[in-house]
Parts: sequence; structure tokens; C-alpha cells
Amino acid sequence: MVKVCIIYDKVRFEEKSLYDKAKKKGLVTEIIDAKTITINNTSKRTTLQLCDVVLQRCISHFRGLYLTACLEFMGFVVINKFKVGETCGNKLITSLTLAKSNVPTPKTHFAFSAESAIEVINTTGFPVVLKPITGSWGRGVFPLRNEEVANMVIEMREDKDSPLSRIYYIQEMIKRPPRDLRCIVVGDKIVAAIYRYSTENEWRTNVSRGGKVELAPVTNELEDIVLRAAKAVGGGILGVDLMEDEKRGLLVHEVNNTVEFRGASNVSESDIAGAMIDYALTMAKK
Amino acid sequence: MKTQCQECGAEINVPDDMMIGEILTCPDCGGDFELASKSEDKIELKPAETVGEDWGQ
Repeated sequence: MVKVCIIYDKVRFEEKSLYDKAKKKGLVTEIIDAKTITINNTSKRTTLQLCDVVLQRCISHFRGLYLTACLEFMGFVVINKFKVGETCGNKLITSLTLAKSNVPTPKTHFAFSAESAIEVINTTGFPVVLKPITGSWGRGVFPLRNEEVANMVIEMREDKDSPLSRIYYIQEMIKRPPRDLRCIVVGDKIVAAIYRYSTENEWRTNVSRGGKVELAPVTNELEDIVLRAAKAVGGGILGVDLMEDEKRGLLVHEVNNTVEFRGASNVSESDIAGAMIDYALTMAKK
Repeated sequence: MKTQCQECGAEINVPDDMMIGEILTCPDCGGDFELASKSEDKIELKPAETVGEDWGQ
């Protein structure tokens, strides 16, 4: 029988759902705290009593990413793969990957100094959106609507300790309804699609920022773009986020590697956790 | 089951279906704790990690 292992660093609704679902399916299921695992460069698959397939569900991106690298080194099948996590965890790499695969995505500029970032913004004009290249839950995402604010935010980014804060990711502001789309992809299927609405006085739509959710129809156009985006980053279990541009239609702006699905579960009748476990089983048998 | 808050000593209720690794918040002081272990007669908590810059999706 296939054994499934869920690796976590904080058990949320998602990890609990996956564990319960795997148990209900009668699978041998283990749930392991990533914070307790140590590995060295001679570790073998037999050193760790993990299972046939690992669902990596760490809330900390880098912990999950580098643990995945170690587990893959030892020969474990990990969902998602290191390469997928590396791409999705970096907005710059994601943007380049999507563009290379001709997936519609917002126009985005990359600048490597404060001066060139300001130059790009002055050339493109306002408003624009400045995003950190790593980060989540909408943190550090700023709509820049005038030169004064742009200069202040860039000055702030220059003062931060992280060298990554001095890599500038400047995106056109999409004329969209006050919502975006989140599609949960498992393998080659969309298992749930939701609209995420921003709350009052909040421009970002993240559920973690109080964004409200509503079921979205899976149109042929949506399915085509989302599955192409998922394939472009390497596939697996993913959250593909899109905006609806007034003129160009759907644009993919982000792909999430450790997708949260609590919001989607509240409105979708799909068995999201069940689909993820079934996918893990098929990957284990490959 | 019930246990005591490590910060303020208040009583914290631990639901039966709570899993190891889940986070409990003290109703009195708001401190966050991770459920480290549980058995029939003993509950162990440890301070929860604070939200990291790389947390989330």
C-alpha cells in the first residue's frame, strides 16, 4: 500500500484536511513536523522513515523549498518539486517563465538599482505596482500613484537589509474589477475556481487580508490559460492567480506553490483535499 | 482537555480533535502556542513560531 507523508511546520486547515482525507481513504498517512527533520549529504532514503510520496506543506517558503531539495536528493517523490517551488516562490522568475511560455501576464519591468527603478516608473507613468520578488499574502505590494510616494517607497526598499529588496519588480496596474481569480490546479485539472474580492479600503484581494470569496465558473478560456500556466512552472498542486483586464481578458499574475484552499473550500463543492491525495497517489506510483 | 497558558497561567481549552502542530491562542493574553504533544492525561505546549517574512503562499 502507498504511504503518504504530509510535512508541515504549522498545521492549518489545509494540512488537517489533507491528513483527514488520506486517513478516510484508508491510506497509511504520516504527518511530520519539518522543524524536527535533519538531513546530511550522505543521508539515504532509508535514513528517514518517510513514505512513498511527500506532500510538502510548510508555511515557510524557504524551509519548504530547501527541505524539498534535500528530500529529492534522497530520492523521495515530493509534491511540489524543488524546481516548481523555486520558480513559484520568486515573482521575477515566474513572470519570465510565464512570458516564455506565452501565457498572458501583466507587463512587468525589472530594475536592479533605485535609480533605474525610478527611471522605469517615470517612463511607464503612474499608476504602477511595486512588488517584492519574494513574499506572500500581499506583503510589501504597493500601488504607486504618484512620484512622491514612489520615491519614498523605493527609498524604504533601499534601506532594508535584504539584498532582494533592491531588485525591483514593477508591474502595470491592471484595470480590473475589485476582484481576482484563484484557480486550484491538481495535475491537469482545475478542481476549484474562486473570485477573491478585496475588502473596503483594501486594494489587495488576498483572503489572508480579509478578501471575500465566491465561486467562479470555469470557462474554456480560463481552463486553457490556467493549465498552460501550471504546465509552464512545472506542474503539480498549484494556485494560479489571474486578473481580468478590461481589454486583454485574463492575465496570470502569480502561481502559488503551497496553495491555501480554506477560502475555496467554503464555497466550492469539490473535494479539493481528496483530489490532492489522489494526485499524490498517482505520483507515488509513477 | 485543559492546560495552562505558559505566559499568563490562564486556563486554555484544548479541543479533542486538535492535532499536534496546530496553534492555540490563549483567550486571556493572546499568546500563541503550538500543540507539541498530547496523551490521555498530559498536554504539552511550546511557544508558536512568529510569522516569518516568507510565510504564506
